[in-house]
Amino acid sequence: MGAAPATHAPAATEEPPVHTTAEPETGTGRRRTLRIGAVLAASVALLVTSVLVTVVLGQADISVRHVWTVLSDRLGLSFLQVDVVGLGADRPNEIRADIIWQLRLPRALSAIVVGAGLAVVGAIMQTLTRNPMADPYLLGISSGASLGAVLVIVGGVGAGVLGVSAGAFAGALLAFALVLVIGQRYGTLTPVRMILAGIAIGQLCGAVTSFVILWVADPHATQDVQFWMSGSLAAARWPSLRLAAVVLVAALLLCLWQARTLNAFAFGEDAAASLGVDVNRIRWLLLVACALLTGVLVAVSGAIGFVGLLLPHAVRFLAGPDHRAVLPLSALLGGVFLLWVDTAARTVFDPRELPVGVVTAMVGVPAFIWVLRQRRVQG
Amino acid sequence: MTAAETTQDGSGLRVHDLSWSARGTVIVDDVELTAPAGRITGLIGPNGSGKTTLLRAVARLARPDRGAVHLDGSDVARLRRRELARRLAVVEQHAGTDLDMTALDVVLLGRTPYRTALQADSGADRALALDALARVDMAGFAARKWSTLSGGERQRVQLARALTQQPGLLVLDEPTNHLDVSHALSLLTLVREAGLTSIAALHDLNLAAMFCDHVVVLRRGRAVAAGSPHDVLTPELLRDVYEVDADVGTHPRTGRPLLTFHPPAASQPPAPAPSSQEDS
Ligand SMILES: Nc1ncnc2c1ncn2[C@@H]1O[C@H](COP(=O)(O)OP(=O)(O)O)[C@@H](O)[C@H]1O
Ligand SMILES: [Mg+2]
Repeated sequence: MGAAPATHAPAATEEPPVHTTAEPETGTGRRRTLRIGAVLAASVALLVTSVLVTVVLGQADISVRHVWTVLSDRLGLSFLQVDVVGLGADRPNEIRADIIWQLRLPRALSAIVVGAGLAVVGAIMQTLTRNPMADPYLLGISSGASLGAVLVIVGGVGAGVLGVSAGAFAGALLAFALVLVIGQRYGTLTPVRMILAGIAIGQLCGAVTSFVILWVADPHATQDVQFWMSGSLAAARWPSLRLAAVVLVAALLLCLWQARTLNAFAFGEDAAASLGVDVNRIRWLLLVACALLTGVLVAVSGAIGFVGLLLPHAVRFLAGPDHRAVLPLSALLGGVFLLWVDTAARTVFDPRELPVGVVTAMVGVPAFIWVLRQRRVQG
Repeated sequence: MTAAETTQDGSGLRVHDLSWSARGTVIVDDVELTAPAGRITGLIGPNGSGKTTLLRAVARLARPDRGAVHLDGSDVARLRRRELARRLAVVEQHAGTDLDMTALDVVLLGRTPYRTALQADSGADRALALDALARVDMAGFAARKWSTLSGGERQRVQLARALTQQPGLLVLDEPTNHLDVSHALSLLTLVREAGLTSIAALHDLNLAAMFCDHVVVLRRGRAVAAGSPHDVLTPELLRDVYEVDADVGTHPRTGRPLLTFHPPAASQPPAPAPSSQEDS
């Protein structure tokens, strides 16, 4: 307005420029990068110490140095066994060495691989389906994998690790496809519909799995049902672990390679496409990779729930939503998480063992409810 | 009259004979339009007339049954997605995310088509993003979480993201929906100041009259008129397309058309001075 300048205080016309906080903001990114680096380093350290500690925990009288000796022997690194502190050699006897190498270590590493894989699958699915509740177990994919594995075992067609894993992969893929078809309406997938479809498919696959196992009715039938339905790492050995580890590393590298592309999905798939992402290609590539990884993991451990739901949320809370941080951290912390859960499952009620899936459900269901209430999950 | 007066050299946006149908229903019907380079083209028409669908086809988010889209001389359908994303940026009606991103994170998404898979954001990317935030008057908001931004602020952050793509064409679908008058005006002012070829579906005809250099009218999927706001926004056309009675005056400051509307069954006695009631 054309007010006379004389009547106005000079401060009104000549306000000092408002200093925005552009400087510290440029720093925010750097600070966040540092924080992510610190969390990554801490997670690696946590993972390594967790292995050494959890392998020791349990009935047999085993020390960390036993573990170290066995590990370095087996890996051809005996020169590392220099007795720096002068405590004398601490060689475990044959039985303990076997417990460490044949039971505890493959079990611990399987827990890590399964936990890492499920967490990565959860993170990818949550992004690609824009569904904060996506989890291979809740979406029925793990149950599909169990059914596929059981059918291969019962059918006796190549019941080796490869055959069972292939069956589980096929089951996972089929269940996933069904969930996507049933869950969508007019070409869009709403989160709640998708979860409902997943629960339905999961229940169906579970029922058929139980039926098939009890039909064949070998003496371990109920134990088998429990393994495939809620998971266990008690039977984990090297051969199944090896395949799962290879597939995990390959899938993780593939997903990391697509991390930036996954970030572009923050505002949905149209937004991703308009940022130059070939949405269909990425979706197929990564969802098939997820089904493959889920299948291989289920062949190792049966269907363990809620790891894939829980860990990505925890990681995003720690490190923000950037997939370049979310994916490696989900893998590391998913591994640590399931390792400790499994250790608790086998030691707390020693000598009886809790099924690991029971423990993950006890942690996971409250988390599920929290996610459900926290986010505006449109149905 | 159709868009004949613009761009003989192939710059800007040209849409030829574009059609799109869903389950046998034709939604966009043989549309021919031109959006002159460096100007804002307004796409207007009643709800359901096909504006969003047409813009989606232009941005290659929907695959047309027929027809072609040319951007600065090249056929959009032939470009790789990444290449297209460097030349065309989209601002949606209301973009949303559940993720805990900062405004700067969102703006940096605009660099996606320029970076390979594992490349980190460079200092130059960050500088571009911060500059874009400053251009939309959001310099102080870089570290603010998306979830804490108001509707107007979100729209401006999305515009900054689109600018960070450094596109030749800006596609905006009702960018001022849900914004109050002042935010709507400031957003379109920012678009104008960006100086890019822009095509915007607009709901508010007075905003279209005020900011667009060229207007295209859609009715039931067909482009029924195109030209300058003065030529296009006539009482006859508004009655024909929107089925409302309108007076068209001249905006006292901008010289642009100024529309005032009356309910369709206008059986009231003529008021001495036209009441200036706008549509929503
Ligand atoms: N995928 C679709 N399937 C069926 N009908 C659609 C689809 N997309 C849009 N339509 C219909 O096309 C018409 C035009 O929609 P739209 O382009 O959104 O119009 P506007 O943006 O002008 O309001 C509407 O009647 C809408 O219901
Ligand atoms: Mg629309």
